[in-house]
Amino acid sequence: MASKMAEATALGRYRICDFTGQLAGAGATKWLAAFGAEVIRIEDPVREGRWDILRTMPPFVDERRGVDFGGGFQNHNVEKKGITLNLRTERGKELLREIVKRSDVVSENFAAGVLEKWGFGYEALKELKPDIIYVSNCGFGHTGPYASFKTWGPIVQAVSGLTHTSGLPDLEPAGWGYSYMDHTGGMYMAIGILMALLHRERTGEGQWVDMACTEAGLTLHGPAILDWTVNGRPMRRPGMPNGNRSLGRPMAPHGIFPCDGDDEWVSISVRDDRDWQAFGSVVDAAWVRDARFATTELRLEDETELEGLVAAWTRTREKFDVQRELLAVGVPAAAVQKPRERIDDDADTEEFGLWPTARHTKMGEVRCDGLPVHFSETDWRIENGAPCLGEHTEEVLTSLLGLTSEQISRLREEGVV
Amino acid sequence: MSALVGTKVIELASDSTAFAGKLLADMGADVVLVEPPKGAAARSYPPFLEDEPGLERSLHWWHFHTSKRGVTLDPEKEHGRSLLAKLLADADVLLEAEKVGRLKTLGLGHGDENESLVHAAISPFGEESPRAGDPVTDLTLLAGGGPAWSCGYDDHSLPPIRGGGFQGYAMAGHYAVLSILTALLYRHASGRGQFIDVSQHAAANVTTESASYHWLVQQGTVQRQTGRHAFEFMTMPSQIRCADGRYVCTGVPPRSPKEFMSLLRWMEEAGLKDLFPETPFLEMGAQKEHIDLGLIGQDDEITAIFSSAREAMNFMASHLSAVDFFRGTQTAGLAAGVIYSPEEAYEDEHFVARGFQQELRHEDLDRTVRYPGAPYRFEKSPWALQRRAPHLGEHNDEIYGALGVSRAERKRLREEGAI
Repeated sequence: MASKMAEATALGRYRICDFTGQLAGAGATKWLAAFGAEVIRIEDPVREGRWDILRTMPPFVDERRGVDFGGGFQNHNVEKKGITLNLRTERGKELLREIVKRSDVVSENFAAGVLEKWGFGYEALKELKPDIIYVSNCGFGHTGPYASFKTWGPIVQAVSGLTHTSGLPDLEPAGWGYSYMDHTGGMYMAIGILMALLHRERTGEGQWVDMACTEAGLTLHGPAILDWTVNGRPMRRPGMPNGNRSLGRPMAPHGIFPCDGDDEWVSISVRDDRDWQAFGSVVDAAWVRDARFATTELRLEDETELEGLVAAWTRTREKFDVQRELLAVGVPAAAVQKPRERIDDDADTEEFGLWPTARHTKMGEVRCDGLPVHFSETDWRIENGAPCLGEHTEEVLTSLLGLTSEQISRLREEGVV
Repeated sequence: MSALVGTKVIELASDSTAFAGKLLADMGADVVLVEPPKGAAARSYPPFLEDEPGLERSLHWWHFHTSKRGVTLDPEKEHGRSLLAKLLADADVLLEAEKVGRLKTLGLGHGDENESLVHAAISPFGEESPRAGDPVTDLTLLAGGGPAWSCGYDDHSLPPIRGGGFQGYAMAGHYAVLSILTALLYRHASGRGQFIDVSQHAAANVTTESASYHWLVQQGTVQRQTGRHAFEFMTMPSQIRCADGRYVCTGVPPRSPKEFMSLLRWMEEAGLKDLFPETPFLEMGAQKEHIDLGLIGQDDEITAIFSSAREAMNFMASHLSAVDFFRGTQTAGLAAGVIYSPEEAYEDEHFVARGFQQELRHEDLDRTVRYPGAPYRFEKSPWALQRRAPHLGEHNDEIYGALGVSRAERKRLREEGAI
């Protein structure tokens, strides 16, 4: 049983032996750690944990650099413990076996087969702990023609259709300007862990949950895929995609329009004819009363022209004014918020406590992404920063495995930890 | 046995709950979808079967409501409200995105009838927000919440772009599922349910990767760039048009000496190595012991080596078709991806071989439809499409009958518009 049990956290009963890295894996165990699970990151002392490239990557709080200063790593690994184990050594493997025996979950997002090569595939894990839950997350899964292929978030997005569907007609894809599928792959990985824990609670059975990030991405395009399998209509066709127009519920105008200032934009969704009337009361120009635009059907027919008229109206206005005036009459509108606007100047994210400050041993106090939920009984908590390399080696080996300080010193000398 | 078999979920139909409900239902939960007597709005969303609108013909509806059973009721009517209370008395989970305060007024939700109920409420800005009443759509959520700022083109006279597929709703939906499962695990140990407040605006805000933490950590503002990560300064293009006019994402170029060697070998095999002017830099990369990515932009040599790798990937793409480039790079052990449309990905041999295409029987139409498959594979508690999306009120008799509502009463409820 993990040590946080007494604090009535949602997941304090569980211990995770965690090999994950980058956002696609680390994001999954961040959720578990924030709800009280004991997440123990296992990292390689020889390569100083650099498999997770975010350990050394910007952003940085100051001029210091190195494996303990990557801002992204800090963001994704709060509330976790970190130990080093050299799995090239027999003693390192032995220690890992002891940790696995005391864990509920082993999680990893290496390329397919890496953990197995080290002697810790699912069969081996199961021998150590029969009800272990093993969750693997890689780009293409552990079977199929592309099983050996490597991915990063942008590649997952490319192959699974997400890049293609973010763009404007007749232009190359715009794609996602970040690893959306690292976030989302991490979420599915966490969902997999939680589902498997529920299954184990009820049946006593552990299992292997295998995730292919590309498949998770493909499930995010359901209606488009059914349009293909049922109607034979591909998404790759003239005039498509047009990311800012409405593809589900018919709505027009529905887009992102320029505002006064440098790179300032506002999004507007006119959902129906009531919204159109309300929109018209704010815009107050001849064209909003034009019978050509009276119904959603008509507005969709002349959508390009309509968008030009809306843009001409928004262009001289401040984006937050447009947002405020349209919301006041019940029309969905939102300024395209820049990071500063939604983080420092947005009362809603501030009030929600969305940007907690974590104490990192070397970086000091750093703000990070919180979680977008609150629980009435067992809410999440983020106070401790990401572990420095090997920060909890001594603590974990002592408290969990009962090793003495002398034994641990010897392990250090022998290059095991 | 699917992981959630025996878990009873009541979902009040909404665009915001649809995907979360599907994720639970496809894992075996008994999700009862509650619609107004006239049907949920999403039944009218395109695309439609053979492009003909109709209550049971929306493919949008088909996708988001697989594996669920469906009932109708009007909670504003006394009898409708008491039916919903009965459903909730016996439920494990309530998943809803009603206007903030509506259920409280009706006396429904966690603690009202059922202390062990896990009640997940999805709302645009959270329960406590002064903006709780502001209307939103998927587009405005992604614009206000941050994702759109990072997505678009190098040319900033073009607008930021919203990624397709209702991802604004999906983001909060994923967090709702995580929350529900977490609360169910806590309930398993404690017997206690709880109320969960899921903010869609907050969900979008923490699904922006580096845009948020570049601001949080060093007050940097990322700028959108065509087909690659938004960053504080403009980086080199990584998305390239191949010889066949299709695009590929070259992703993160080689960064270890071993990868530089693989790249050189692949270029040689394709007979293109000698045509590439920056081959000497690639060779330098292959001879180094270690390349510190933290020094890009600071150390001239590291910067030149890293840039030449990117250029080499672009160069190779311009000589090959997109699919050949993808398979060639990957076979050489380098990460790159072909930019598929959803249907192209769906038909790719890899996903076909893995059984991603799932058939589901629509007995009402006497046909079988191919659906997207599982986002994850469970060895012991499998994901499965349990049934097609419910017709309007399809399970009223079955579900209300089981609650002890007689046939005659059901008839009366139907006539008064309560169901």
